[in-house]
Amino acid sequence: MVYWHLFLAFFRIGIFGFGGGPTMVPLFYTECVKKYKWVSDEDFSDNLALANALPGPIATKLAAFIGYRVKGWMGALVANIAVVMPIVLVMIGLLQVIYQWKDAPGVYGMIQAIGPVIAVMTGVLTWEFLAKGWKGAASKTGVSISLGLSLVALLFLDWHPGIVVGIALLVSFAYSTWSVRKRKKQDGKEGAA
Amino acid sequence: MIYLQLFWAFFISNILGYGGGPPSIPLIQNEVVDHYHWMSIKEFGEVLAVGNALPSPIATKLAGYIGYQVAGVPGATVALLATVAPTAIAMILLLQFINLFRNAPQVKAMTQSVRPVVTVLLGTMTYQFLLGAVEGIGWIQTGILTVASYLLLETWKVHPAFVMVAAMVYGYIFIG
Repeated sequence: MVYWHLFLAFFRIGIFGFGGGPTMVPLFYTECVKKYKWVSDEDFSDNLALANALPGPIATKLAAFIGYRVKGWMGALVANIAVVMPIVLVMIGLLQVIYQWKDAPGVYGMIQAIGPVIAVMTGVLTWEFLAKGWKGAASKTGVSISLGLSLVALLFLDWHPGIVVGIALLVSFAYSTWSVRKRKKQDGKEGAA
Repeated sequence: MIYLQLFWAFFISNILGYGGGPPSIPLIQNEVVDHYHWMSIKEFGEVLAVGNALPSPIATKLAGYIGYQVAGVPGATVALLATVAPTAIAMILLLQFINLFRNAPQVKAMTQSVRPVVTVLLGTMTYQFLLGAVEGIGWIQTGILTVASYLLLETWKVHPAFVMVAAMVYGYIFIG
């Protein structure tokens, strides 16, 4: 019975979660905190922070956390299957149909017309990331330098994007850890004086 | 070993895609198109467009579909496992240590540090998609569709699924 409810709740979250990631969080809240009361308000927001701190899609991490709270590892598995599988099946089915009719008259044009739409979508996404990176930055010089370095590394040196992202993550982790330590030390000294 | 390649491609793209969906898209594209040549950039764009029109996270939709295309149901399973399992397991194991992560300044710094890199990657993808469209249907049709879909998506806030369908109807009539 509990598994069935788990499945239903996460199935609904999956199929109504248009926009993916962050836009799905309110759905999780409604189903798991408000409706089924599987987790408390506080537990939810604490672990949302944890989920945000880890890489990968947010929906599957939240499904793992809530499923685990309800029914251990099996619960986490059921919740993840429910949130992921239905749409994956729709995706596979839909693309199979489109590609099956690839050579039918008119369908070539239909597929071709998708190109500019996806270019606009990724273009908008590019702009959003540029704007977020710029606004959220502690130092504008820092963003400009890392933009420049990314351009050179990715486009001119043709480095693997994973390596560039990995370096960015390592450097920022090391730097922020170092500056927290430094601040703590300073606070400690001032406290002693 | 196709399953190992699938696992590696989706594992690495999602582990490094810090900050959710969009950062992992160009990383997946790099593995799937540039490295393993499982599909062309144009096909990847089509898959991404259909994925964007459907609900739930983009990473799992891409993994499920591409895994299936490359190696059937086992392929889809492996790609999905690589996408979901590592971070889901990490999440459960770290539930006890939640206080370590609350308001950790490292999280903000890491999210922020990835953004310029992702900007360049997404910008490159946009350029490749546009180039592919121009090669396929020419400047004029690409221009019309680009302006129209921008207006629909951004100015009038029409849902991506409807914009996709509208573009396909247009393509059927005027390009097909």
